Amino acid sequence: MSFDPRIPIYLQIMEQIKKDIVSGKLKGGDKMPSVRALAKELQVNVNTVQRVYQELERDNILFSQRGIGSFVTENKETIEQIKEEMAHELLENFVHGMRELGFDDKSTLLALQQYMGREAQGNVKD
Amino acid sequence: MLKINSLTKKYFTRTVLDNLNLTLNEGKIYGLLGPNASGKTTLLKIIAGVTQPTSGSFSVIGKKAGVDTKKIVSFLPTINHLPRWMTVGNCLSYFQDFYADFDPKLAKERITAMGLEPKQKVSSLSTGMLGRLKIVMAMSRHAKLYLLDEPFNGLDPISREKVLEIILESSQEDSTIVIATHIIAEIESIIDEVIFLKEGQVILMGNVDDLRQTRQKSVEELYREVYDNV
Repeated sequence: MSFDPRIPIYLQIMEQIKKDIVSGKLKGGDKMPSVRALAKELQVNVNTVQRVYQELERDNILFSQRGIGSFVTENKETIEQIKEEMAHELLENFVHGMRELGFDDKSTLLALQQYMGREAQGNVKD
Repeated sequence: MLKINSLTKKYFTRTVLDNLNLTLNEGKIYGLLGPNASGKTTLLKIIAGVTQPTSGSFSVIGKKAGVDTKKIVSFLPTINHLPRWMTVGNCLSYFQDFYADFDPKLAKERITAMGLEPKQKVSSLSTGMLGRLKIVMAMSRHAKLYLLDEPFNGLDPISREKVLEIILESSQEDSTIVIATHIIAEIESIIDEVIFLKEGQVILMGNVDDLRQTRQKSVEELYREVYDNV
């Protein structure tokens, strides 16, 4: 994982973990790697990962069992909520970006539809 | 764990450290940044006990500066401090004799992991390999405070990565690491706190992720901001 040095590293790791939960790569009840193991894997400071786990626990996305480790929440509502929040953020960025380009709501919707149509036919470059 | 009180260092008429105060905590990795002649190396040398301050004092986990702090402070200087005629293996026994907290078993493992061999002579090592050996020696002491002066200088990207790995795996809850460097991009994601030095004083210090959040800048960009407005 490479980081954007302008954005707090702990936030970037939190985002990645949330994405992995929403996409099902991490499942409810899964045991998270230890703080030290994840820090080593991501080549970041132990305290950064500590902060990630603390924040995710505070948001009830992870829960810790004393002496055993951290686990992914099994609460489906929480996971659904993360999904909605992440989608909301993407939509917000998209809509704001389109408005900045001068698209009104109608043409934004149209452009989105056309794009998705082209993509379905495989005519979109990455 | 490191408390520095009104530290001043003068070389004849030139003031290198100017009434500097600083407190560092346990379990953290600090980036010590500043342009040339801002006092980074002098500060590290004083804490390592290699140079004496003109005035002021410091303590490490409550121990007053002197023999007691030298025992628990590991210093990696920019120069090559390892005798050139020695072999890599000699360096191990040399450090073992010198420092009670040196872990020869750990050092041996790391030497192998770094692609070094005990039979190689220090004088025959490339800059990259010497850099690797120096970091192994410095980080294989079970010290309380590690002071690394430009550990990436002149190293190739792979050697830099290896040096970073050793720094990260050595970071412990009960020890503190200070890295003085110009190569900021390398340490962006591994330091907890950053200390900006200017003309012998601390002009900005803080948690790097908090600074990123409030200033929306990388440490490197912050560096430019801090030192451009001169």
